[in-house]
Amino acid sequence: MSDFTNPVEPFLRTDRMPHIWCPGCGIGTTVNCFARALIESKIDLESLALVSGIGCTGRVAGYVKLDSFHTTHGRAIPFATGLKLANPKLNVVVYSGDGDLSAIGGNHLIHAARRNIDLKVICVNNLIYAMTGGQTAPTTPSHAITSTSPYGTCEPAFNLPHLVEAAGAVYVARWTTFHVRQLARSIAEAFNKKGFSFIEVISPCPTLYQRRNKLGDGLDTMKYYKEKSKVKHGAPTSEVGLTMTGEIIVGKFVDRDRPDYQTMVRAQLTESLGDRFVEQAEMVCS
Amino acid sequence: MKADPRGVLTGVHFLDGDHACCEGALAAGARFASGYPITPSTEIVERFAARVPTVGGTFIQMEDELAASITLQGAVWGGAKAFTVTSGPGFSLMMEHIGYAAMTETPCVFVDVQRGGPSTGLPTLPAQADMMQARWGSHGDYEIIALCPNSPQECFDLTIKAFNLAEEYRVPVMFMMDEVVGHMTEKVVIPPADQIEVVPRRHTRKPLGEYLPYQTNGDMVPEIAHAGEGYKFHITGLTHDERGYPNMTPPVQDKLVRRLQNKIRNAADRIALYEEENLQDAEVVVVSYGITSRVAQRAIEMARAKKLPVGKLRLITAWPFPETKIRELSAYVKAFVVPELNLGQMVHEVERAAAGKARTFAVPHAGGSVHHPEDILKVIVEACR
Ligand SMILES: Cc1ncc(C[n+]2csc(CCOP(=O)(O)OP(=O)(O)O)c2C)c(N)n1
Ligand code: SF4
Ligand SMILES: [Mg+2]
Repeated sequence: MSDFTNPVEPFLRTDRMPHIWCPGCGIGTTVNCFARALIESKIDLESLALVSGIGCTGRVAGYVKLDSFHTTHGRAIPFATGLKLANPKLNVVVYSGDGDLSAIGGNHLIHAARRNIDLKVICVNNLIYAMTGGQTAPTTPSHAITSTSPYGTCEPAFNLPHLVEAAGAVYVARWTTFHVRQLARSIAEAFNKKGFSFIEVISPCPTLYQRRNKLGDGLDTMKYYKEKSKVKHGAPTSEVGLTMTGEIIVGKFVDRDRPDYQTMVRAQLTESLGDRFVEQAEMVCS
Repeated sequence: MKADPRGVLTGVHFLDGDHACCEGALAAGARFASGYPITPSTEIVERFAARVPTVGGTFIQMEDELAASITLQGAVWGGAKAFTVTSGPGFSLMMEHIGYAAMTETPCVFVDVQRGGPSTGLPTLPAQADMMQARWGSHGDYEIIALCPNSPQECFDLTIKAFNLAEEYRVPVMFMMDEVVGHMTEKVVIPPADQIEVVPRRHTRKPLGEYLPYQTNGDMVPEIAHAGEGYKFHITGLTHDERGYPNMTPPVQDKLVRRLQNKIRNAADRIALYEEENLQDAEVVVVSYGITSRVAQRAIEMARAKKLPVGKLRLITAWPFPETKIRELSAYVKAFVVPELNLGQMVHEVERAAAGKARTFAVPHAGGSVHHPEDILKVIVEACR
């Protein structure tokens, strides 16, 4: 390998390049941060699996050189749940979009957080359904113009950190694609955490969201993220809701400990069944 | 390969079909189930939830059937043999993931204990009206396998068969029970583990770096790898090439979808299971499956007591439809009589396979109870004329 090799290249399926993402899109930046977090945390790549749903962000699964699963729209979390339960030694990352995780997959999001399944969820929030052409998502800020709200949305937007904290997540952070170091550090931190971790990344979709709302291009969005972001670790998540052009509160909001699902199950079964409880062996049935 | 004795409850039992199905799954090596409660199927996972922690495995009750039907697939890629269990309304919600399993070639079993529909219909009463849904319910072209037990004993035996077929063909297998079979209690003999044949996963032996997830080696069914083994493979529901990479072009689509179809269609005669009686001298054949086959049995006996030339063909495999058998019979019989607890589903397959060479008589029933044998007999008499 030459000295000029990009350090994240070994984590990517270079045989699948070029990728499908538009110029100025934030998804690639998040993948870069993810790869840097893998380097930083020295995590064993063979025991790392990545699961995506459907969307522009959902395509991440196809570009990382890991055991990677591109599932169905909204169902990355339940697929990841099965994977993790069948092989608890795996580190399982869910990497998907805001619509995928919070609209069609919203039920799974809250229940996985409630159970405290040991999953690391990275949610790229571009405030829109990008893959299908820029329709309103539950995360779209009020008044924003989208292809299905040509006169502006009137629905209030989901505040995802607040939602997942209330549901039980043990680690909740938010960054923008401007905060590349902080994002990489948060991802690495989540790897050291057992339980349901949720990292929201506010990310531009210049092609559909920024353009329709006359918010400029990718560079203008970076300027906005830089100027309007405020780092507030431990901020009450009820106060971190987003507006179209207002302040973006970023930081690590939640970092708490409670037993993860599999630990609870094992404890319960040991107590109830005593000697009759048989620890799940390697399930591998080959 | 023989069954793992830890999962096999060897002995003579008195079980209902739901519980027998659960024991079949455990005997087959299933160590993972995800479900969402729905009558009349819930007893299967209730028993599994009680039993599986004592043999080493996991049950999880998910938040809905959309989740349950893909959680088990995650478990399969994590190395487990896995299944889910439902009835009509839940089966409807599972359709997208039956397609996902077919497309990604995820070996797994979907149990549908059929009740009356449409919609919430008859939660506690039988029907056989999901037979076409089992075959065609997800979008796109694909093939599945479906089995229809008619007794608690078969709920045990054929559940093992269902898991074995799922592994052999890397396909989702539909286990099509009905409320009566699920809830009737009969003697169930569970043999010793060393008498139970279990098909192992088609796990690759290729070294890392040489393995391609969808490369087939002449026999149409690719080898599998599990997450965490170092293969770093990619799986997608998009149209994909041998590497598992998305490739959305007509030639790749054509090659993939035809293989998914042909790996089952070309093996249809090998997969076909049926039970026959008195077909040599039959002029009329009663074709039935599941609980209806037991009512039909009575009707056939009544007809033969009247010296009517009636034979029996009981379908154990519903899909792929055993059309070779129907075609052979239609060369010499006069008619088929097809009773089923729906207003006409498998009868269309019989008619199609008979291709006008023999007449086809439906004996429809909207569900909620089983047929009266007399109603089937009446149609037999008419068909014999
Ligand atoms: C069941 C189903 N419904 C709808 C779609 C169409 N669809 C694909 S991606 C998508 C939205 C994705 O939005 P998001 O998760 O925010 O991802 P992004 O593209 O913005 O990264 C939709 C609605 C689908 N693939 N499957
Ligand atoms: S449409 Fe938007 S989210 Fe999708 S690749 Fe383009 S910029 Fe990124
Ligand atoms: Mg989005």
